Formats: sequence, C-alpha cells, structure tokens
Amino acid sequence: MRQLFLAVILCLTSAMAAQAQELQSLLQTHVDEVAKPSRTSVSVLLEDLAGSGLPGVADFLENWSDKNIWQRDDGVFFIATPQGDDLALVDIDSGAQSFAPQSRFQQTKPNGGVRRLIGTALVQFQLSDPDPARRASAIASIARKPEAAQLAPLLAAIKDDPDAALKARKIQVANFLSARFAPDPGDRIAAINSLSKDTSVEARSVLNQILEASEGVSATPPEGNIARILDPAQDPDGFYAKLVAAGMAPARISPAEVRAALEANIVAGKVASIPLGQLDSDDARLRAYTLLSEEGLVPPLVTDEDRDNALNAHVFFERYAEPDPAITKAAEATRQAVEQRVAWAQGGDLVLDGLSLASIYFLAAIGLAITFGVMGVINMAHGEFIMMGAYTGYVVQLFVPDYTLSIIVALPLAFAVTFGAGVAMERLVIRHLYHRPLETLLATFGISIALQQLAKNIFGTQARPLTSPDWLGGAWMISDVISISYIRIAIFVLALMFLALILYVLKRTRLGLEVRAVTQNPGMAASMGINPDRINMLTFGFGSGIAGIAGVAIGLYAKVTSEMGADYIVQSFMTVVVGGVGNVWGTLAGASMIGGLQKGIEWLNPSNTLAAQTYMILFIILFIQFRPKGIVAPKGRAAAD
Amino acid sequence: MKNTFIAQNPSVLWFLLALGLFSIGVTALSEVSGVGVISTSFVKVLGKMLCLCLIAIAMDVVWGYCGILSLGHFAFFGIGGYAVGMWLMYARTEGIVLESLSTQVIPPTPQEISDAIGNQIFGVVGSSDFPMIWSFADSLFLQLLMVVLIPGLLALVFGWLAFRSRVTGVYLSILTQAMTLALSLYLFQNDSGLRGNNGLSGLQNIPGFEATSQATLSIAFFLASSFALAAGYVFFAWVVSGKMGSVVKGIRDNEARVRFLGYHVESYKLFVFTITAIVSGIAGALYYPQAGIINPGEIAPIASIYLAVWVAIGGRGRLYGAVIGAALVSLLSSWFTGGGAPNINLGFYTVNWTDWWLVLLGFSFVAVTLFFPKGIGGLFDYLVRKPQ
Repeated sequence: MRQLFLAVILCLTSAMAAQAQELQSLLQTHVDEVAKPSRTSVSVLLEDLAGSGLPGVADFLENWSDKNIWQRDDGVFFIATPQGDDLALVDIDSGAQSFAPQSRFQQTKPNGGVRRLIGTALVQFQLSDPDPARRASAIASIARKPEAAQLAPLLAAIKDDPDAALKARKIQVANFLSARFAPDPGDRIAAINSLSKDTSVEARSVLNQILEASEGVSATPPEGNIARILDPAQDPDGFYAKLVAAGMAPARISPAEVRAALEANIVAGKVASIPLGQLDSDDARLRAYTLLSEEGLVPPLVTDEDRDNALNAHVFFERYAEPDPAITKAAEATRQAVEQRVAWAQGGDLVLDGLSLASIYFLAAIGLAITFGVMGVINMAHGEFIMMGAYTGYVVQLFVPDYTLSIIVALPLAFAVTFGAGVAMERLVIRHLYHRPLETLLATFGISIALQQLAKNIFGTQARPLTSPDWLGGAWMISDVISISYIRIAIFVLALMFLALILYVLKRTRLGLEVRAVTQNPGMAASMGINPDRINMLTFGFGSGIAGIAGVAIGLYAKVTSEMGADYIVQSFMTVVVGGVGNVWGTLAGASMIGGLQKGIEWLNPSNTLAAQTYMILFIILFIQFRPKGIVAPKGRAAAD
Repeated sequence: MKNTFIAQNPSVLWFLLALGLFSIGVTALSEVSGVGVISTSFVKVLGKMLCLCLIAIAMDVVWGYCGILSLGHFAFFGIGGYAVGMWLMYARTEGIVLESLSTQVIPPTPQEISDAIGNQIFGVVGSSDFPMIWSFADSLFLQLLMVVLIPGLLALVFGWLAFRSRVTGVYLSILTQAMTLALSLYLFQNDSGLRGNNGLSGLQNIPGFEATSQATLSIAFFLASSFALAAGYVFFAWVVSGKMGSVVKGIRDNEARVRFLGYHVESYKLFVFTITAIVSGIAGALYYPQAGIINPGEIAPIASIYLAVWVAIGGRGRLYGAVIGAALVSLLSSWFTGGGAPNINLGFYTVNWTDWWLVLLGFSFVAVTLFFPKGIGGLFDYLVRKPQ
C-alpha cells in the first residue's frame, strides 16, 4: 500500500516537474550508506530505492553488487569499469559515457552480507517489474535455485501482481520456499501439508530436499534427527565396506589380495612352508596366508566372525539434515500422500499407454480380422499391406510438401493402393485356394517375402520418414506424471472411427448384409442372387485397404521400413485369435487385452521390453488353451467348423 | 519283417544308395583325399545342407503325413544348436583359460578358473557369472542329452497343451509361431544367459581336436550328417509305414473320423510332434558346429516358415520330396545370394540376384502352391508307374 502511495506521489511529482527526482540525487541523500555500506545501515537505503520507483534502480543495484559503482571525489556516483589507468564512466541517470583517470575515484565495495541484501532487493524489483516476461523469468530463476532470502520479497510481490497466472505461480513457488525456509516451524508445516495434493516434479523435489538424509555409522547411539536405523544383516559385506570407508575397521583381504600377498612371499618354491603346487584351493591359500600373518609379514585376515562382531558393535543409521523432527515427520507424511497420488496418476498414465497401444494393434489387426475372420483366409501378406500403406504415405510426402495436406491425400490413396493390391491378390491367388486354408497361408507368405524384398529393392533398407503435421507434434500434458502425445490420440481417434465405419458397413449396408450372408452359407447366398465371388473380392479388398490406412497411421509414429509389416503380423494374428475369429468386437477385445497386458508387464519390469513381449506371448499361448475360440467365441452352427 | 518294410518302401533303398554315392563322391573329391575339387567351405555348405534335409523330413512327417503345419520346428533346431554350442564354447574357452593361467606362479583355484571362463564367455553381455542353464556345460555327455531332452520335453508339454484343447489347423500354426517368437525374443535378451544377440560363436573349433585341420573336421561332420540323415530317413520311413503310418495319415485326412474309429488321436499327434522335434534338435546339433555361429536371429519365426516352403516345394507327403526341396532351395539360395548367379542386364535395369532372389523365391513359391501342389516330388509320379 505504501509502495502504491509512493508511486502515485512520484507520478504526480514527475508530471509536475520532469526529472525533478533523479537517482543520483536520491543516492546523494544517502551518500555514506552507498560509499561505505554495512548490513545495518543499508536497509534504509534499499527501502528508499525500492520506494522511488525510478527506472535505473535495478540496474544500479546489479552494478553495485558487482562492485562496478565508483565515487568521484566530489561525491557523485558512476557506473565504471577500469580500462588501463582510466575508468570508462557511465552516468547513472542519463547513461552518457565518458573517460576519466582512476586517481579521482574510489570504488565502493559492498561486503558479502550487504550483497546478499542487495540481491534480495533486486529479486523484489524483478518480481514487481511491469514487464510480465521479466517477472516470469524472475520466478523461474527462484524456482530453479531457491534460497531462504527470496521468501520475503516473493511473499511481498504476490499481492500486487495483476496477472492471475503469474500470481498463482508466485503463490506456488512461495509455498515451496516456505516449506523449506520459513522461519516459523508452524508456517513450514502448514506449507508442507499444503503440498500433499501437488504431484509436480518440483513439489516432490522440495519434499525430497527437506527429507534429505545422510548415512552414518557410530559406536554409540546416534544423536540428531534420525530417519531410520539400518539393519546391517541385510548386506553384511556392503555395511562392512562402509565401516572400512569410515576408518572404523580394518579392510577385508580379498582373494586377489591374498594371492598377491602369497606371490610376494614365495621363498624357494614355498609359501610359509607350503609348496606352491598345493595352493590350488581357497582353503590352502587361506592357511598359507594365516601362517604368513602369524609371522607378521602380512596384515591379519578379517574373518566373517570379525566382520559380524564389528557390525554388531556399531549402529548404522540415516540422519536428516533437517534438525526439527516435527517438520520431517510432516514431510514424510506428505511425501507418502504425494507418492500415493503419483502412483494413481501413473496408473492412469499406464491406462492411457495401454489404450494407445491397443488402438494401434486394433488398426493393424482389424483388416486381418475381416479377411481371416469373415472369409477364413489367412493372409500372411497383411503386414506387407501395412508396409505398402506406409510407403504410399512416404511417396505422397515427396510430391506434396505440406504435411497436413499430404496426410489428407495419403489416407484415401493408401486405401486405394492396398485395396487394389488386395483385389489383385484375391483374384490371382486366393480364389484358387479357398478349400485349402493351410496352402493359402503358404502362398500369401510367398507373396509376403516377395513384396518385402521388392520394397527393399525400391526404397532401400534404411528407414524412411513419414512426418506428421505440426499440429500433431508434442504431447498433451495432463500433469507431470500423465501425458500422451497428440499423435497417439489421433491414432486412437482413427481406430474409433474405423470401428464405427466397419460396424456400419457390416451391419447397416447392403454390402455388409451380403458379406454376412456369404460368410454364413455361400451356397445359400448364391442361390439368393448374391455373387459370392464378387463379395469375396470386395471383402478382401476392404480388409486390405484398412491395412493400408493402418500403415499410414503406424508410419506416422514409427519409422517406415520394409520390415515394419513383419513386426506387426504375429501380434495381429494373436489379436484376432485371442479376440475370437469373425467378430469385430472380438478384435477390439483382443487388441485391448494384448495392448493392456503388454503395457502392464512392461510396467512390472520396465527395463526389459523384450521380456515383456516374451511373457505376453506365453500368456497368450496359455490363454488359448483355456479359450481356444477366443474371448468372443462364435456360437451355434457357425462354431461347428 | 525287414523284407516287408523294404518291399513296401522301395524308395528307401534308392535314397540310401543315392546318399551313399553322394557321400563317397564328396569325400573322394574333397581336400582330405588330396583331389581338392570341392573346397572345405563347400563341404561345409553340403554338410549343412544334409542337416537341413534332416529337419525337412522331420517337418514333412509332422506336416505332410500328420497334417500339423508346425511353424516351430526351427526353434527345436536352434535349441539343439544352442545345447551343443554351450559345450563347445565352454570347453574351448576352458582350454584357452587354463593355458593362460598355467603361466602364473601359484596354481589357479577352481573358482578362479570358472571366473575366468565366465568372464571370457559373458564379457560381451557385461556379466561374468555362469547362469543356471550352464550348470552342465562342462559335460559333453549331458549337453548331448540336452540336445534330445529339451526339444523333446518342450514339444511334449506344448503339444500336450495344444492337442488336448483341440487347437487345430491354422490356429495351431499361429500358436507354434507364437512359441517360436517367444523363444527368439527371450534369447535376444542379454540376461537370458545365452549371450543375447551375440549368440554363441567359434563353434567350428572342436575342443580336443585343435590339431586336426578344418578340412578333416568338415568331412567328419559331413559324414556324420550324412549318417544322421540316412538313419533319420529309415526311421521316419518306418514310422510312416505300417499300421501307425496309416493312422497318422488318417488323422491328416479326417481327424474326426479317426477319432470316432476309437483311436486316441491326441497321443498319435503328440508322438509325431515330439519325435520330430527331437530329430530337429539333433539336426541343429550337427548343423551349428559346421556353421560356426548361432544367434537368436536363426530361430526367428521366418526360419520355420522357410522350412515349410522347402517341404512344399519339394513335395509334401513323401520323404524324398522334403530332401529334394531342402537341398535344392538351400543350395540355390546360397548360389543366388552368394553372388554365384550372373546378373542379368535388361538394358534399362540390371537384375542383381542378391537383391531379386527373394522376389523370385516368393513368386515361384506362389506358383508351386497354385500349379504344382505336389511339388517337385510329384514329378516322380510320372516316372514311376504305380500299380493300380
């Protein structure tokens, strides 16, 4: 309020008489405090400077703190830098530059305590700077490197901030600072407790810093704010090593050291009267070493018994750096609450990841579900249709540089290309093999290796980029723990759209009706005037076309290579088989199960995605034992084949 | 009994005769005999080819005779290779380590020897401890037992689970493929205990035969493979003939009908699946010492599909067809990809066969499936007039 008042006064006075109040003249009224500052005297000056609202104050304070303020023998202050014997002078108010010999000047040298006060005052300036960008950067620098002295100016700067977002951020950072540095323990505990709902990385690091503990060992019961007593029986050798490192016990003799000691004490082919030839076991070596140590030639062995005695004679503990147990207790409780929340958030993140993976598997598998499930045809080249779609997208981007437009062009084009390829394959190959399903598998596999190699010959072996438009870049950050990239959301949406489209086509259109009729009974369908050949061709083309679109989607987030189809084919088959053949909902269930399961196993063992895949496949093999027809099993006569 | 078996299977005698002549011919023309027309490396190619023929007849029995399109037999092949490779690698490293430690003043303790061997073998995957599965690596006999036991047990458990729940046809193929994928993914991990994607290497050096030249070793392995193939051929010819063979073929043609006739179909299928897995393991154990290196890439699902391709091209349901398919395609494959085939200049484009071989193989495979479902072996039907 006082600041506001002063500012109003200043505005009025400066409006009445321009340049009436200058920084230099203000400094001259405190000439002694500026020239020879001390911690007790400087605060009045800093308050006046802060209250003046003059534009050059922040600049002056920075220079003062950096010892760049020099005083002329008539008392006037300049910002100056030595250049040889001369000083390059800058006038404090006008900024006019000049040169003068050093002899007439005296450097002001504020000591460390004063500089700290100046720094605090500076923060206050930056925090109340009219430019929001500078305010934001001041807050960011405090958050990056919090110090106790920043708490008071930060608290003071909260109230007047006109920007709501910055104000909220100031309150948050002030809360972090109070949790660590507030002088009153009650305030600290209140601030710590208020962090219990904040899962951000910053808040967690504040708690961790409060709870920072160091390991220690002592022969007597430890003093101070003890976090926990450690049990050395967990890892006797490790704890003994700590004891050795603390200089509280003799080091153990390792087998290599035993060996070196023996080698150093060979006398005429014998070590301590034991022939060298007998030293080929650990027991014999230890016996020889003990004999040597009895002669006093080597330090004595530390046996396991010695080690355990030493461990029992000492207390191992962790001690908080924070001396007040009330605060550490509150922080521990808060950290537990935060970790609980983080665990929930991670669970949510996992669900999102699983959904995203499931939607990719769904896209990859749904085309297969149509050809495999509805027609009973195994298309091993399905993966290569995915690859074909992705390469179509790549080629389109070569001609259409605008990424958004190229994706819009690529999606229908990929569908058209793979639809054509699927129809061609059905007409030329599969049509002849409808009664020999295992041979379809082999013939389409032949096509698969030929297509893969063709792609390699045309596009080379290195991965080709399929760049997503800018508006799909980045990720949607829900919190520091939960985030999902926009491209995965887009794939999820695409998967939903295809689910709806396929359900619509199969259940609501004439084509779908005919497809279902041919699936159930080709002979009867034919006698009703449906041409099963045409339906088979279209169904196969439709399934292949969806694989092409899936290829564009997969290519957007993974690289386009000639082997990308092979990476998805086994998973796709398993999705269809687990879900239950011939059912769109089954494929959805299968994809959700496989995607969720894979993410779940990865979460249990995050270091090893290969192991996750292995265990998932084993699980699927077992699952099929118990539900051989999949999650959504066909019922009635359709199940009989 | 013997007479009737041979009388029923005249092709067995012809096959043994051809294989014998082939083996004698290769030995006579190799560097060992002094003629040297066939180089040591080509002897190895031929020896490996014989092993592939052995697994191909196993595949033919399980697929061509019993109707189970297994896409997992190359996994058994790889397990056999790994089992024998563990001993080869351990014994050879032990020799090297003992030699280097013998120069030290104090004789090494067993612990030091084992640490040094572990360091040598597992250094590449950043470890030095012996995993559990290497417990028997120091014993040739036990590891050879593993060649038979592990594929056999795996096939027994897997087959029992799958056949019991009546998983058939395409589903079974995908299930076996999943098993293969799981195994190869597992082996790709560094902490699988089998050196991750580095695999086992240096297998061409046989411990105890350091002084013997590779030329002699290659002939020895070639002859061993030839013998194994002959034995395998006779054994499988015996399995698929007689009453049991009829039941097995019946299962292929109409499983339900055989079941209704009172046969326990699952037991027959399990027997065939397991016995072929064991033979596959033996073939792998002979193959990899000639190849010199084994890594998880060899077990990838694609290898098992190629196996089916060979058998289909050679002709299913006849053992010699599988041999012809495996021999022909594997030799052609190494001829084309090894740069042996001349490039074809079309004027505007030069067909380089190392790039185009797979395209040719893929499409010819489609052609064989469409137009010659009996494969190359089917051509013999035109030569041999069957008594009607």
